[in-house]
Amino acid sequence: MSQSELLEIKNLVPELKNIVGSDYVLDDKADLLVYEYDGSIDRGNPVVIVLPQSATEISSVLKLARSHSIPVVARGAGTGLSGGAIAEHGGIVISMARMNKILEVNADDRYAIVEPGVVNLDLSTHVGPQGLYYAPDPSSQRACTIGGNIAENSGGPHCLAYGVTTNHVLGMEVVLADGSVTWFGENERDGIGYDLRGITIGSEGTLAIVTKISVRLLRSPEHVKTMLMAFETIEDASAAVTGIIGAGMVPAALEMMDHFCIKAAEEAVGAGYPEGAGAVLLVELDGLFESVEEESDEIEAICREFGPLEIRVADDAMEREKLWSGRKGVLGALGRLAPNYYLVDGTIPRTKLVDVLKQINELSERSGYPIANLLHAGDGNLHPSILFDERKPGDVENILAIGAEILRICVESGGVLSGEHGIGLEKQDQMPLMFSDEDMATMSLLKIAFETEDLLNPGKVFPTGAGCGDISQARAIARVGPGAYI
Amino acid sequence: MVEAQEILKLPWLNESELYKCVHCGFCLQACPTYLTTGLETESPRGRIALMKAVNEGRLEISDQVMRHWDLCIQCRACEDVCPSGVPYGNLIESTMDQIRDHRKIGFIPRLAYEISLRHLIPNQRNLAIVVSMMNLYVKSGLQKVVRKTKILKLISKRFERLEKMTPAVNGKFFRAEGQLYTADVEGTETIQMLSGCVMPLTQGNQMRAAVRTLNKANKDVEVPLNQGCCGAINSHVGDLGKAKELARANIEAFSKGSGTEPIIVNSAGCGARMREYGHLLSDDPDYASKAVDFSKRVVDINEYLDQAKLQPGETSIPKTVTYQDSCHLANVQKVKDAPRNLIKSIDGIDFCELKGSNICCGAGGTYMITEPEMSEAVLAEKIRNLVDSGADIIATANPGCFMQLDNGIKAAGINVEVKYVTDLLDETYTKSK
Repeated sequence: MSQSELLEIKNLVPELKNIVGSDYVLDDKADLLVYEYDGSIDRGNPVVIVLPQSATEISSVLKLARSHSIPVVARGAGTGLSGGAIAEHGGIVISMARMNKILEVNADDRYAIVEPGVVNLDLSTHVGPQGLYYAPDPSSQRACTIGGNIAENSGGPHCLAYGVTTNHVLGMEVVLADGSVTWFGENERDGIGYDLRGITIGSEGTLAIVTKISVRLLRSPEHVKTMLMAFETIEDASAAVTGIIGAGMVPAALEMMDHFCIKAAEEAVGAGYPEGAGAVLLVELDGLFESVEEESDEIEAICREFGPLEIRVADDAMEREKLWSGRKGVLGALGRLAPNYYLVDGTIPRTKLVDVLKQINELSERSGYPIANLLHAGDGNLHPSILFDERKPGDVENILAIGAEILRICVESGGVLSGEHGIGLEKQDQMPLMFSDEDMATMSLLKIAFETEDLLNPGKVFPTGAGCGDISQARAIARVGPGAYI
Repeated sequence: MVEAQEILKLPWLNESELYKCVHCGFCLQACPTYLTTGLETESPRGRIALMKAVNEGRLEISDQVMRHWDLCIQCRACEDVCPSGVPYGNLIESTMDQIRDHRKIGFIPRLAYEISLRHLIPNQRNLAIVVSMMNLYVKSGLQKVVRKTKILKLISKRFERLEKMTPAVNGKFFRAEGQLYTADVEGTETIQMLSGCVMPLTQGNQMRAAVRTLNKANKDVEVPLNQGCCGAINSHVGDLGKAKELARANIEAFSKGSGTEPIIVNSAGCGARMREYGHLLSDDPDYASKAVDFSKRVVDINEYLDQAKLQPGETSIPKTVTYQDSCHLANVQKVKDAPRNLIKSIDGIDFCELKGSNICCGAGGTYMITEPEMSEAVLAEKIRNLVDSGADIIATANPGCFMQLDNGIKAAGINVEVKYVTDLLDETYTKSK
């Protein structure tokens, strides 16, 4: 961002303060620094942070930004893992932290209307007493926001049985780049016509800013059972996963953690994972009492074939929570093993688990960087986490290269670039691994149907154009020509 | 290591502790100042990011930077939820200690600090005189006149606010004179009790209730002579030198018996500080190992009574009671169930959980005086939740929380009583209606 551009944005501070209130515009150097990161390794320097409290305020901010051609990035809790909330091109960051109200709960029709800054777990806690919950449960659910979940189409352990964010969002109010406020999907309009709701979910803030969300609520299951199974090697555990899924079973969740993760999680929360194990599986079943019991017997029998070191069953809520606490906290807990981790997100066909994990292990040995593996094993979603120290020269470059290599392995095994964290800054340059020029040109058409100026979260999703043959977003727009959609 | 020379260090920060933070953001929802403002600048992750940036030479210690550190209440709820195990308490404490040199402090605040935290709090005799004067001010009716005429508003709003916090004096002073309170039964274990600084003067009745409850648990209670303030307040505001001095004095005072008696503390903040004397004095060759031994003896009164399986008396308390976690009991000493178990054990009590009971009330030792706006904003949410809970009594485990809640309840004009858990237990033995 050039000096004159910087100055231009700084000059807008009084106007922004008029819109959202003077306490909620930050532009001190120290304050900006606190908004330069997310939960991963990318960084960017916003010029000003605003914290609006309504769609109207956001609309005014977007209009102002557009009239000065200033990029705008929406931010939830900054727990993302692919750089989605990073102000790569400077500009304005709109923090949703103050738009955190649950506006309506309709228990009979089983939906709730919430603001984007509502914390994922807070929603389930709020509707819990009515026997309801919100199904998508990213491991960061204690901190991450529903708005952020929409941007990244987030998943979570229980998405194996219940699906990801897009399967649980009925409709939403959005502000478009020109400041107009509209509604996509059900509730206020019916769901007929183009599925603009579906297009927006997972668009990583590049199409619109979501300001109100109608989410589906599910009835809490009658019975829940969580099983912990420890195996001597990660190969045994992987084989057990293949066995369970192969037998046609779909548990609510089926998670795997390797020995690094077991160690970190044990130190962090003392979840009671057996420390000598090479890998553990966490299997959760829910539903009617009888079916859960029947399925758990069957799963136990399947796992016994692969020589488990230990099988432990948690029946009551407290025991279950303890087993889950290790899994949900494991990522942050890796901070106990190294100052930084780089969490890679990719998916593979479940039948390739053993082979891919072997390749990742070889990569780790070759490069000298430890790689901790945690997996949503049931749906083949890998999260290899490369441990490093960002203060060591060369470390960041090296681990990024390793991450890219892991993604190449995933795609070559028939998988995809991201299971649930989004593309963001992190994987934009790997997009050509999966998508042809024509594919990306088509996506660009969608983007320019929403805006041609490329001010909403610019520099994300599409390749940067650094690589040979890549189509950058800007170039794609240039090729089609602004206004071509009219 | 070339890069080590290029990086400007904050010499006081333990780098391996600082860089444990992987900015995952799990701490945000535990932080009272973040929840109140929605600003990441007022979050643990943000405060650590500022420490890192200063450490890496990317940022100077400006007034703005210090402001964000100052606004930390040091409730340490972030530490309790941190999956990476960042010892935030150590980081903020040593940061506050070191930035004292960078501060431009006016003559009056510096004088106020010197007098209150170096000569009053640590000195029971001086403190008793001031508390007596405050009591006289309240009892003589002068307070009523002052409040009615709003005369202090003319001097400054801050002063007016400070006046509102004038603590009520509950009963005679509780003095640490080496006395022994014996239980009714013979041959029981002797425990030593911390008397502290402000609490024994303003809450003598509550101190005596705590002693009686310990006696009911068949413990003889000794209150060692020459003990004093634990140093928590000094550590909080960044005066580790004075805190260490107070810690050494207490280690001596509590070493006169067998040197192995449990040291029972009925103030969560003091208990937390004393449990960490080992860390505080780790660089003191004469006291390092003594401090570690001392810290091992420190037990919170709620935890102690719960473990001792205290049987409450027969008097029923037919009230709805809730409990506000005292941060330094829950987050530092990790004692969450014990006070609840004790309350629930009392006949007649209908216990209800307070929404957000694990979130700080905004007291934070002297924070309620030094940062009144934020303190009141944090308290406001607490009072809203308290009203929603429908409780008649809110129990807690620390004098700071007690005073803060009491002030909030009075300002809101609601009909709720604040009590220590030990007050409730004591009532079951002494009150009969």
